[in-house]
Amino acid sequence: MTAAKQGRARKRPAIRAAILLLLGAVAAFVYLGGTEPQGDAETVLHRGNGPEPESLDPHKFRSIQAANVLRDIGEGLVGYSPGGELIAAAAEKWEISEDGRQYDFWLRPEARWSNGDTVTAKDFVYSFRRLANPETAAFYAEALADIENAADIVAGNKAADSLAVEAPEEFRLRIRLRNATPYFLGLLTYPSAFPVHPASVEQHGKAFAKAGNLLSNGAYKLDSWELGSVIRLSRNVHYWDDAGTAIDNVRHYVTPEPQVELNRYRAGELDTTASVPPEAFAALKQQRPDELRVAPYLGVYYYGLNLTREPFKDKPELRQALSMAIDREVLSEKITGRGEEPAYSWVPPGVNNYEAIRFPYADMTSEERHAAAKRLYKVSGYDEDNPLETEIRYNTSETHQRVALAIQSMWRETLGVEATLINEEFQVLLDNIRNKELTQVFLSSWIGDYNDAHTFLHLLQAGNPSNMTGYVNEEYESLMRRAAAQTDPRQRQLYLEEAERVLLSDHPVIPIYFYVSKHLVKPRIRGWGDNVLDYHYSRHLSIAGSK
Amino acid sequence: MLRFTLLRLLWAIPTLLLVIVLAFLMVHAAPGGPFDAERALPPEIEANIARAYHLDEPLPQQFARYLNGILRGDLGPSYRYRDYSVSELIGKAIPVSLKLGVLAMALAVIVGISVGTLAALRQNSVLDRLTMGFAMTGISIPVFVVAPLLVLFFAVQLRWLPASWGGSTSGWRFLLPVVALALPQIAYIARLTRASMIEVLGSDFIRTARAQGLGTITMVRYHAMKPAMLPVLSYMGPAIAAILTGSVVVEEIFGIPGVGQFFIRGALNRDYTLVLGIVIFYAALVILLNLIVDVLYGFLDPRIRHR
Repeated sequence: MTAAKQGRARKRPAIRAAILLLLGAVAAFVYLGGTEPQGDAETVLHRGNGPEPESLDPHKFRSIQAANVLRDIGEGLVGYSPGGELIAAAAEKWEISEDGRQYDFWLRPEARWSNGDTVTAKDFVYSFRRLANPETAAFYAEALADIENAADIVAGNKAADSLAVEAPEEFRLRIRLRNATPYFLGLLTYPSAFPVHPASVEQHGKAFAKAGNLLSNGAYKLDSWELGSVIRLSRNVHYWDDAGTAIDNVRHYVTPEPQVELNRYRAGELDTTASVPPEAFAALKQQRPDELRVAPYLGVYYYGLNLTREPFKDKPELRQALSMAIDREVLSEKITGRGEEPAYSWVPPGVNNYEAIRFPYADMTSEERHAAAKRLYKVSGYDEDNPLETEIRYNTSETHQRVALAIQSMWRETLGVEATLINEEFQVLLDNIRNKELTQVFLSSWIGDYNDAHTFLHLLQAGNPSNMTGYVNEEYESLMRRAAAQTDPRQRQLYLEEAERVLLSDHPVIPIYFYVSKHLVKPRIRGWGDNVLDYHYSRHLSIAGSK
Repeated sequence: MLRFTLLRLLWAIPTLLLVIVLAFLMVHAAPGGPFDAERALPPEIEANIARAYHLDEPLPQQFARYLNGILRGDLGPSYRYRDYSVSELIGKAIPVSLKLGVLAMALAVIVGISVGTLAALRQNSVLDRLTMGFAMTGISIPVFVVAPLLVLFFAVQLRWLPASWGGSTSGWRFLLPVVALALPQIAYIARLTRASMIEVLGSDFIRTARAQGLGTITMVRYHAMKPAMLPVLSYMGPAIAAILTGSVVVEEIFGIPGVGQFFIRGALNRDYTLVLGIVIFYAALVILLNLIVDVLYGFLDPRIRHR
């Protein structure tokens, strides 16, 4: 064979190899995944749930995301309706004693765990004891703090079985409180008060909350949890109200990035989202007005002031001046622009049994407010030649930065304040806020745990570890104490409102706006009720066009 | 060669130990702890949790405890995902990241070398300029710009491919992430191959082969390719590192439950054990891969082997 022919003969294997390689690559792709599951007649709800939940053990979770999933698979004594009202859940009725310190709950005898076992009062006793037990190291053990002996158990001074929760009958639960806590029922809606299946915990120990082991008493059960990806739930046929559950399967997807979540929603992979990226909000309002669901949310965005050091220690006029110099309407309309409500009070609107108290200057015109602010600023010893120098700390986020820039400029224009902006990573900010050594003005927020003014007013009490301002006011404490001791709801409300008046006039915090919950919900999803707690139980939802 | 390999493996142990010590110190030096949140914990509860996770012990004691665990193969419990141990979390994440990384590397090598070789053979032609132009953009545009663009186009607009990893269970969900991850590497490798190939093609022994009447493909395949690959092979070390770090961004954008995503979450959540576990994994991986690259060097260039 000539050299040329030899060359050509050798070309073919090279080309063949290249073709085989290409085919191999394609085959690799197809092989590397499973096959697409066949569409079945069962309905599936695809929910974006935000960052990954840390645990589905009701006693080891902490985040809102975990609570969302827990509300689908578990059920406490009481729950909420789609409109946000307290309703019966695992308990069909309850009685509260005259002095408000004893609660009797009658459980539904037809309630079942997902393996068919009956849900009994003993399950709740076991669960509450586990929550309080220091060995469990539960984050939310304080949810039961009002129960007699709970505080001692958590501190390790008493044994867990001394908790004042007992089961006098198979389906009756009796709880005795330290004092009459008017919002106690609200505390019981939180997933930390959901029961666990005692035999499972005994058998599996720490692994009882994993898929395959976890039993649930709620509308759905846990099928699988692909960490970092998706939690799959399917219908719990033993649930006492299974007939009322429309959707067969629920998938809670891990969607930590709102922009990525939006892409997935637009690509048709998600039916609902956990949030809406701020940059896309205006466009979505135009393009998808019916799918964008915005509702008042029980949370306040505020600037905390460190009262333990310069420059805000003992300077209530200065604090008020800073609060008055902020144009909250401008912030809500132009800077955040998502329907947030400007905050002229501490407790958000829409809270049960409460009349909103507002700053006395809430209805002034901005000229009047600015003039008053300048006067108070002068009274505090500052003016043009001797301006206040302060630092505003916030964690990295475009929204926070824009708000801080706006407020910095408002303070400079109206008062001449020189504020430095300091942007910190979230955990670093939290650390600084807790130490109270570096902070002056710091960004913070508070989301209510239950629908009662107490969850907000309680934050600024002297003994509360979450009180980052160092605020201590004897009159405030006394009013809060008196409110806690009141069994008459009307009297209690008056005490709480008076407490808020005292708080607002002291200005330990500068409330900026009240949160709104923002979701995208596909038109085919029915039953999504707007409520101030932003709870959306999957069992209240249905898909139009299916059974 | 055997002695060389064994010596390198032996050196790996003190290297890893140093990495662990440094990582441990750095992780604990960062402000904030694994259990800090806006909702502060009452002191008794904080004490209970600290006790349960040994955070109340002095640092050297915590380190000794951790090292002890490692020697027994236990990377500790995750501080954040309280139902899982670090080994479980990383164990689930590694196969996913490995698939992503291997596919991206393979794509980068195959496409990059092919394109680079073609460009070298048709030097200064339209094909050459076009491909090298594309390569320039591939290097200049960062992954976190390219990836969302790909998603916007192929997933949201055309709906040809899933927008995220969780959006389907078929193998196609790997396509966009792999492409996004591989693109900058394809660009680098193409340019490297082209430059190296041009140099080899100009050398004496190639001219001899051509004078003997050898065809282009045969000549490239049997004579030019091996020496031309040396710079590409040197680049493999940095390439792997780039794929590792790039995978963190890609995993975030596509929602892939891989090691990179757990690394970010662990760092932000101050999940000490998870971060340390992943650091150890990455360190071991980089050491191993560098060793493989060095061994392959010897195979590719006989001149190195006999040195």
